[in-house]
Amino acid sequence: MKLSFEKSVKGRRGVRVAQSDVPTSTHLRKEFLRDKDAQLPELSELDVVRHFTELSRRNFGVDTNFYPLGSCTMKYNPKVCERIAAYPGFAHLHPLLPQLRGGGMLTQGALQVLHDMDILLREICGMAAFTMQPMAGAHGELTGIMMMAAYHHDKGNKKSVILAPDSAHGTNPASAAIAGYTVKTVPSDAEGDISLRALKEMLNDEVAGIMLTCPNTLGLFNPHVREICDLIHSVDGLAYYDGANLNAIVGKVRPGDLGFDIVHLNLHKTFATPHGGGGPGAGPVGVVKKLVDYLPVSTVVKREDGTFALDYNKPKSIGYIAPFYGNFGIILRAYVYILMAGREGLERVAENAVLNANYIKEKLKPWYDIEHGQLCKHECVFSATRQAKNGVHALDIAKGLIDAGYHPPTMYFPLIVKEALMIEPTECESKETLDAFIAAMIAIAEKARTNPEELKAAPKTTPIGRLDETKAAREMNIAKLS
Amino acid sequence: MPFIANTDEQRAAMLAEIGLTTEGLFADVPAALRCGGLNLPEGISEQEVRDKLAGIAAKNYTHLTGFLGGGFYDHFIPSAVYATLSRSEFYTAYTPYQPETSQGTLQAIYEFQSLICRLTEMEASNASMYDGGTALYEAIMMALRITQRNKIIIDDSVNPIYRVMIHSYTRNLKIDLTETNNHEGLANRDAILKAMDKNTAAVILQNPNFFGCIDDFTDIAEAAHAKGVLLIVSCYPISLGVLKTPGAMGADIVTGEGQSLGLPMSFGGPYLGFMATLKKHVRNLPGRIVGETTDANGKRGFVLTLQTREQHIRRDKATSNICSNEALCALAATVYLTLLGKEGLKETAQLCADKASYAYQRLTAIPGVTPRFRDNWVFNEMVLDLPCDAADVVGKLIEKGFAAGFPLSRYYRGMDNSILIAVTEKRTKQQIGMLAEELEAIL
Repeated sequence: MKLSFEKSVKGRRGVRVAQSDVPTSTHLRKEFLRDKDAQLPELSELDVVRHFTELSRRNFGVDTNFYPLGSCTMKYNPKVCERIAAYPGFAHLHPLLPQLRGGGMLTQGALQVLHDMDILLREICGMAAFTMQPMAGAHGELTGIMMMAAYHHDKGNKKSVILAPDSAHGTNPASAAIAGYTVKTVPSDAEGDISLRALKEMLNDEVAGIMLTCPNTLGLFNPHVREICDLIHSVDGLAYYDGANLNAIVGKVRPGDLGFDIVHLNLHKTFATPHGGGGPGAGPVGVVKKLVDYLPVSTVVKREDGTFALDYNKPKSIGYIAPFYGNFGIILRAYVYILMAGREGLERVAENAVLNANYIKEKLKPWYDIEHGQLCKHECVFSATRQAKNGVHALDIAKGLIDAGYHPPTMYFPLIVKEALMIEPTECESKETLDAFIAAMIAIAEKARTNPEELKAAPKTTPIGRLDETKAAREMNIAKLS
Repeated sequence: MPFIANTDEQRAAMLAEIGLTTEGLFADVPAALRCGGLNLPEGISEQEVRDKLAGIAAKNYTHLTGFLGGGFYDHFIPSAVYATLSRSEFYTAYTPYQPETSQGTLQAIYEFQSLICRLTEMEASNASMYDGGTALYEAIMMALRITQRNKIIIDDSVNPIYRVMIHSYTRNLKIDLTETNNHEGLANRDAILKAMDKNTAAVILQNPNFFGCIDDFTDIAEAAHAKGVLLIVSCYPISLGVLKTPGAMGADIVTGEGQSLGLPMSFGGPYLGFMATLKKHVRNLPGRIVGETTDANGKRGFVLTLQTREQHIRRDKATSNICSNEALCALAATVYLTLLGKEGLKETAQLCADKASYAYQRLTAIPGVTPRFRDNWVFNEMVLDLPCDAADVVGKLIEKGFAAGFPLSRYYRGMDNSILIAVTEKRTKQQIGMLAEELEAIL
């Protein structure tokens, strides 16, 4: 398919800019102007709409295909959330307005949304307070680690190490390192849980904290999680809960009750906001009481008269981590989702997500190897080792699934599982969808035995076949400059 | 809960097939760790939630005539931008890990990267960052990696909202962050040149700067490069419809806030950070990057490339911890720039400048109102000095239906009477006239 630039026709217009009602200014001196116009495409509105509509048809999304991408929680994104985020009362609100004298009273609705979300998330996670500012999960991690650093600094603790299991998302070690810490990896034990023995050996006064995902990226709930938090606390470390997998336990288990001190949530996972092709997300961070003073500036407070205000008076705060109050439009969507789900709905979410994952796991067990086949939570991780003996790798199975009309599971992650295929169906999917997916996976397992070449040549049904990634990295054509 | 498909009968059948009970699904969670139910309200219907949120939205006053800017602007957004973004093939997809099912997202990002390069006259762009502030912070980290030095010079004409963010992010790192005080509203050349030493990684400037003043950093770029120092420029993309580009000035890294390119103000987010650089620095660029390649039949396609820089491969050695970017916002900017095209962007930028120029004349004609930086040229934002406290005046103008501007006392000493006023193409001559009348009446 052509690029927009390749469709451009000199002189064609997509927009008529409004007629000017003021004189043309002469105050832009020539030395400050660009010497040639920005080489943007010249297309009609229909050209543009057709171009992007055609592009959209080259995508799989949750609305078009079952999308069991493990650890990404690709659940349905309710349409009403989009509609409400577009209400002019929210969409057209300038973020500086509440910082003007008297402006706070003109943004009471927006401040209420932020305040109410804080209260709801406190209850859901068992935390003392939340900041809504982090703009994605990884941004939440960095915010959390910065608060950890502020806490230790305040207490005069000399600590330099953050622990993370080998099954952790890559963002955990990356966030800790960027905040200035040395990251040490704790190995997993035979059950797929973080090794308690190794953890005890690594524990010393240098440990600032640990970052854990629970259930972990194998979809397993660690029954010793409280013991782990206690161990960390014994050296005055802090326990960080990566909320990427909260969907498995929402409404059933609260990270705060497990002993965690800091929690980030991915609103685009558990709370159904759209993934957008890779963002925007939102990563609110909650903390226990002893860390509340370190939360970023500003926070929303409710005054005695019932009105809401921004509080900037936070001398111990880590400071400003976002320009304003976070990805408000995303927080608003998640707020709508939580109001609609309610107390019972959230519990049903966890139950159905876990049921769907276990259903797939049990049904596919005879066909695919699974290292940790015990009861799982929201996702299960198969291993294509059996098929690999016949030359069919996780990648080939993924591509075969595309031809069957499914978005593939996450591949080759977590790193501790060979030929990993990580499947997360979410609670939204029906038994019919799961059964059809299971049948497709079984057909692929059969094909891996009888006709591996066909899988190695997949996909055949997409606009393009497998792409040469080495060539992309070597030639580094990352922009059409002219 | 309407977002769960299975009926009780189906659930019972599924549980029976795999030999479990609903309770058994959580048998691995010790009883002592369960919360026994949340204290939340009961769920409500779509009809109820829409009514409730319409009531909450009504408490926000969006009918004020807005002259607020500060890096975040009320620009016109064509309907086709919304229409394209509402294609759920885009917004319900995730990161394009599987290129065959994600060519829509991938090609759009490649076009975005190309548009950002053309706009800024740089050679390489990533797929986006969270916002203009975090993009600037990432540019600092990038400059430290490239130069292996640890001093950063930033002029206080750079957006103070970004400067306070940078202070937060670098607090625990061993970075020497030196701030220079602007000289009459422009980057303080003497102070910057004096501060530059062999330990300096980068100089950070903004154009148009926070005061709306236009500058040309070519001289600073030359001085910096002579000492092995990088120039980082934060810019306002709409202005690049007419203004000299950071690329032409010799910038090494360019960042900015892309909200003005088709995104609503939405009370502070989601926005769009962009980041561009020279080809020689690409391996130090953070975030996702899309590259062109071919399939086995020689057909062109797009993939995520140079991933060995990123956290999912390099973990604690990655260039950044960023994972999700702002892909859908980048798509909005891509559609916006494609629709406006070469002429449309130029005309929009010119219109902003024309209206600002008109407002400048109209407002400075009021007795007691003077331009703070008389000798400088502005794009669409200006600092005016009032004869009294600016925060007071802004408060009074709110009562008259105007968000008249941003009082600068919050961020700058000695500027209690100064107000920052932004004018976009959406403001009419009549609105500007009414603001002038009300302001004059108050003064």
